[in-house]
Amino acid sequence: MLYQLFSILIFPGFLFLAVAAQFAEFMDRKIYARLQNRQGPPWYQPFADFIKLIAKEELIPSAANPRMFKMMPLFAFSSAVCAFLYIPLYRMHSLFYFDADLIVILYLLTIPTLAFFIGGWYSTSLFARIGSVRSLTQLFAYEVPLFIGILSAALLADTWSISELTVFYSSHPFYWLFNTIGFGVSLIALLAKLEKGPFDIPEAETEVVAGTFTEYSGRHLAFLRLTLNVEMVVGSSLLAAVFLPFGYEFGPVIGFFVYLCKVIFIIALLSLCRTVFARMRIDQMINFCWKYLVPFAFIQLLFNLFLKGALVR
Amino acid sequence: MRENKKFRIPIGPQHPALKEPESFSVALKGEKIKGVDVRLGYNHRGIEKACEQRTYVQDVYLIERICGICSHTHSTCFVQAVEEIAGLAVPKRALYIRTIIGELERVHSHYLWLGVAGHEIGFDTLLMYSWRDREVVMDVLAMLTGNRVNYGINCIGGVRRDIDEAQTTEVLKAIDILEERTKYYIDVATQETTIIKRLSGVGMLTREEALRLGAVGPTARASGIDYDIRQKDPYAAYAELEFDVITDNHCDVYGRTVVRLKELMQSYRIIRQALKKMPQGPISVRAPRKIPAGEAISRYEAPRGEDVHYVKSNGTEQPERVKVRAPTLANIRTVKYMLRDRYLADMPIVIAAIDPCFSCTDRVVALSNSVTKKREVMEWQKLRSYSIEWYKKQGIDFTDLNKRLASVK
Repeated sequence: MLYQLFSILIFPGFLFLAVAAQFAEFMDRKIYARLQNRQGPPWYQPFADFIKLIAKEELIPSAANPRMFKMMPLFAFSSAVCAFLYIPLYRMHSLFYFDADLIVILYLLTIPTLAFFIGGWYSTSLFARIGSVRSLTQLFAYEVPLFIGILSAALLADTWSISELTVFYSSHPFYWLFNTIGFGVSLIALLAKLEKGPFDIPEAETEVVAGTFTEYSGRHLAFLRLTLNVEMVVGSSLLAAVFLPFGYEFGPVIGFFVYLCKVIFIIALLSLCRTVFARMRIDQMINFCWKYLVPFAFIQLLFNLFLKGALVR
Repeated sequence: MRENKKFRIPIGPQHPALKEPESFSVALKGEKIKGVDVRLGYNHRGIEKACEQRTYVQDVYLIERICGICSHTHSTCFVQAVEEIAGLAVPKRALYIRTIIGELERVHSHYLWLGVAGHEIGFDTLLMYSWRDREVVMDVLAMLTGNRVNYGINCIGGVRRDIDEAQTTEVLKAIDILEERTKYYIDVATQETTIIKRLSGVGMLTREEALRLGAVGPTARASGIDYDIRQKDPYAAYAELEFDVITDNHCDVYGRTVVRLKELMQSYRIIRQALKKMPQGPISVRAPRKIPAGEAISRYEAPRGEDVHYVKSNGTEQPERVKVRAPTLANIRTVKYMLRDRYLADMPIVIAAIDPCFSCTDRVVALSNSVTKKREVMEWQKLRSYSIEWYKKQGIDFTDLNKRLASVK
């Protein structure tokens, strides 16, 4: 009981995740800055930002629905944290697991976007409303390739449980190389989910100010930002567990180190994409997702179906 | 029902896409723009009027502060008009120095524009890169004139500082670096997929429309209009220098980007020639304090387009009338046309593509109430009493305050 509480609250649960999220933001910003030939922030900058925002006054628009407005950041945050508990990090099995937990993770990762939408909608600002509608529009474009990409990897392992999936890929080394297309597709979809890089359309500052977050301030904004960072860690951990499932057999210490390397690698890839592309327009983004990402995800799916017949049986 | 409802969003007077206050009220239907209302006047500083109350020498420095980016443009344009009225023969060397500073200014302005354009389409890497390289030309300007902006190099009858041998080599060295970088940016802008996707086909302005709306500068040249004051009505030393007027037939934001980048290459060419051909001699002639009565109009090809100054003198130390038509005023009308039926996401880059400088453009013609749509012109006295009344309503009485202050004394 005590061990489980420790796991949920401290390591590898809530506290570890919160700290890791801030470090992920630091890493993202630092890599982004160095690629742009800038100095970048010091390592404690995300923490300082967080503390500063917590201390700030929070303003709620008088026309907004205060309960919904206040609830949505926590809602988004808690669902992102929950998803983390089901992802195997440095052991083959995650903290909690059951059949079909992969579906639950994907579902829990969708909730923050919905919460952003509702929060933005209820804040009644025009910019927030446009931003929230955009984030929902985007959701319908990237969710499908993300799901197909991740589930086709699970298809090869013949399981809907992410822990079983890692067990399968550990017992069949180098099978994960077959999922490279799916990895690429999911990485781009993750970029869209995190509202980063060429897909930061919902919060395009030159068009809709801060989009969904325009009216948020103080504590709520701090938690919204933390949610995005947590999502970044959870998303990269998910991708690491599904598409880079190796290095579990060396015990927890080396396993943890390997896990960190994987996450840093994925975050670096995300930052690189963010650096080299201009922001797309919402219509271009949807075209791109349905014309290129979805077909590639389907190629991966078909490939894995054939592979399953040829290899596994 | 609801889908057909248009709603208006305010882009400005305060908005992250705009670097200066200006109001664009956008009627949106979904993501599509159905109409734009442009309202000028948030940054009006009354410089034209202020010029009438100062001497010509003071005016040169005041006029220079019309714009932070094309400050040399405005001061040169003004002194050219004054020199014409006074009939001053400006030394050749001074004209060459004006040309060199003017072209360096164009380089820094176009680099600045490239960064801003990158930022508007969400490509901050381009912003960081181009602004880093812009520092090279800023340093050159600081070395030649002493200032990074508002160079203060012009005076009536010539320039204030000479360019020596050591400075010439420094400038040439910097030009080599900048040319290398510009080639790189031309490659980036013409090959990078996401940039082309965001720029081409956006903000279409056909040749006919550009002529009808009176577009100037790179905005017009990107629509295939071969119009450059440097060639049509050469001033300073441009008549003796060789360069091409860059035009493009894309008619969109992509075309404007290409025109600006290629113009940079021409600027390097002009600067190299000017440094080589620069004759020896004095850099200024003595100008009289009192300018004889007369009037003159002066034109200058600013980085943003044609800049026009009109000066009327009455034989005293102070001008009777100074009138400035900054290039943005000519271009701002095209924005409304270009934005029709476009996406909201295109709005920042379409506005940025004319390289707007709102503080140069701003003028107050009439006040119109945004609610009742009633227009009225307010005289100074009326405006004053209006403000006193307004503050009275807020509970601050200035007339009373003055009396009390007087009684304290």
